[in-house]
Amino acid sequence: MAGDASNTAIVEEAEKPVPLPVLIADMPLLRIEGVVKKFGGFRAVDHLSLDIRAGEFFALLGPSGCGKTTLLRMLAGFETPDEGRILLGGTDIAQVPPHLRPVNMMFQNYALFPHLSVRDNIAFGLKRAGMARAQINARVTEMVALVKLEGFERRKPDQLSGGQKQRVALARSLARRPQVLLLDEPLAALDKKLRESTQLELMELQRRLGMTFIIVTHDQEEAMTMAGRIGVMDAGRLEQVATPRELYEAPQSRWIAEFVGDVNLFDGHVESRDAHRLTVSTRDAGTLTVAQSRYLVTKTIVSVAIRPEKVKLSRRGPATDSAAAPAINRLDGVVTDTSYLGGFTVYKVRLDSGAVVRSSMANTARLEMNAYSAGQRVVAWFTPDDCVVLEQ
Amino acid sequence: MSDHSIFTRPARFAAIAPYVWMVLFFLVPFGFVLKISLSQTAISQPPYTPVFDFAAGWASIEAAFGALSSDNFHLLLSDDLYVLSYLRSLVVAAVSTSILLAIGYPIAYGMARLPKQWQPIAMMLVIVPFWTSFLIRIYAWINILQHDGLLNQILLALRLVSAPVVWLSTDSAMYLGIVYSYLPFMILPLYAVLAKMEPALEEAAADLGASPREVFWLVTFPLSLPGVGAGVLLCFIPIVGEFVIPDLLAGSNALMIGQTLWLEFFTNKDWPVASATAIVLLALLLVPLLLYDRLQRRQLEQAR
Repeated sequence: MAGDASNTAIVEEAEKPVPLPVLIADMPLLRIEGVVKKFGGFRAVDHLSLDIRAGEFFALLGPSGCGKTTLLRMLAGFETPDEGRILLGGTDIAQVPPHLRPVNMMFQNYALFPHLSVRDNIAFGLKRAGMARAQINARVTEMVALVKLEGFERRKPDQLSGGQKQRVALARSLARRPQVLLLDEPLAALDKKLRESTQLELMELQRRLGMTFIIVTHDQEEAMTMAGRIGVMDAGRLEQVATPRELYEAPQSRWIAEFVGDVNLFDGHVESRDAHRLTVSTRDAGTLTVAQSRYLVTKTIVSVAIRPEKVKLSRRGPATDSAAAPAINRLDGVVTDTSYLGGFTVYKVRLDSGAVVRSSMANTARLEMNAYSAGQRVVAWFTPDDCVVLEQ
Repeated sequence: MSDHSIFTRPARFAAIAPYVWMVLFFLVPFGFVLKISLSQTAISQPPYTPVFDFAAGWASIEAAFGALSSDNFHLLLSDDLYVLSYLRSLVVAAVSTSILLAIGYPIAYGMARLPKQWQPIAMMLVIVPFWTSFLIRIYAWINILQHDGLLNQILLALRLVSAPVVWLSTDSAMYLGIVYSYLPFMILPLYAVLAKMEPALEEAAADLGASPREVFWLVTFPLSLPGVGAGVLLCFIPIVGEFVIPDLLAGSNALMIGQTLWLEFFTNKDWPVASATAIVLLALLLVPLLLYDRLQRRQLEQAR
């Protein structure tokens, strides 16, 4: 439904718009090049570069104050970069004011115009683009149907629930058929159940419209659920840009491993290495055999990261008849704490060294056959491939 | 029951207190003024008749009511002096309020957009003149505007004029004084509304393609209307009845209704006509108040 013809129409009718991006093969829709934004002496965004392809659902993830919102605001035009370029389809838009950019934003608290009805809120951007009245009416009707708000057109924002406001904000930001839709924590104000269903609707919508979505969020689950690629930011820089799976299974740094999901970390030094394996001597977990990382580890001081669900517990340890058996890491300890969370249970195991390892095990059986209880002696084990070795 | 009343009695008193205040200090005096406005002037103490003579009993009070007449109100309509005074007051108030809005809005807008830590300081700067007596500030203006005052000295020194300009006792001086005195009353309600407004609303408008001018007229201004209404009323109503500023700064060829009222009271000693003047003024001022009230109520209903 988002035909190229109508896209062109809107942009041509605007005041002095940025020309419609011409998509050249191999060129990303949006290229951020060495962008710096300073507030006083503080670098909110620090020499950041990033390419985003057309049709991508991209998430900027990071703790509060990491610069993700500042970056989004620079894409919308509310902040101007101090250095660097922002290329949209090859045109530098870094200095273009917001009202002349073919980019729209959905605001965190929706920023609906309280004095305008739902219909007028959605029509606001279309009127500014100088669209004909009949066209505006048709587009508004279409957007209202898209976000399932039929019958609410005449209401004022005050008369809507949180979820309905969110839909109006979405419809308003999509109405102009922007090249790129920016979403600033779009679901933060919704309760958990509504948030989950809205996540799926947003993904469905993005696929159907074929638009490029860039979402800012501090919620890693939200980013992983929705985005095709995630850029994790810290202190104004991109720490890693990867698919959700890569981010979780192959974090590039200790910081990422700790920020995304839960992780057990053992610090140590490399004793020996070959093409595939490293032997790491750790203070807390003895000598561990781990697989060589994709980002070749050359330093000797390292951390070994293991996700809790990769740590298996058993009473006697793993079966020892397989060929890989000698490489399996075995840690002896006592269960100190169990947290039953429905689908899985998290066990805390105090190793004989005194360190604590977390293991999460899926509750595949309904009856308490495989459960361990506090005080029980267990073996926590994991294979070399379960571990990620990270430079410190 | 008894421990209930401990809480309800002060609460009930708090609810009633404003009404008691209104009755004691507004309605009762208003009744006096209304009564005097329907009386005849007399050379006596007090200077009007009839007077209620409570000692003489019911018949006397009945007679007093019978003697009341609307002569004074007829006089107000028949004599140009009063009609012109009312008109001049309304015109002066309307012009002053327009100037105040035109100057006050940008100031309030600028204040609301200052960095948070500077806003209290800006607010102080607006309020600080109140620490000096109003009369002293108006006398200071006389000093500045008079024949050999500061303004003429500066203009002469800069060779912008060759001879001193007459500023004092002109309408310009009066407007200057009114705008100067009432500016805080325009700025503060506007600032209160603009500072509360979510900045994301203006950004959202710009994001949807509105030029800076459109952002202002389509979003900022409509959302600041409650502040505009409050500021306009806070200035317009007292300016209509303004007495001191026109008396000190304007010429004596045209009087505002406050000055006319003062003349009737203190120079002519015609309390009944003065009271009638005051009553009509109050009736005139009720019109914009009621309009504003209706407007606000409609906005509330729409919001519901």
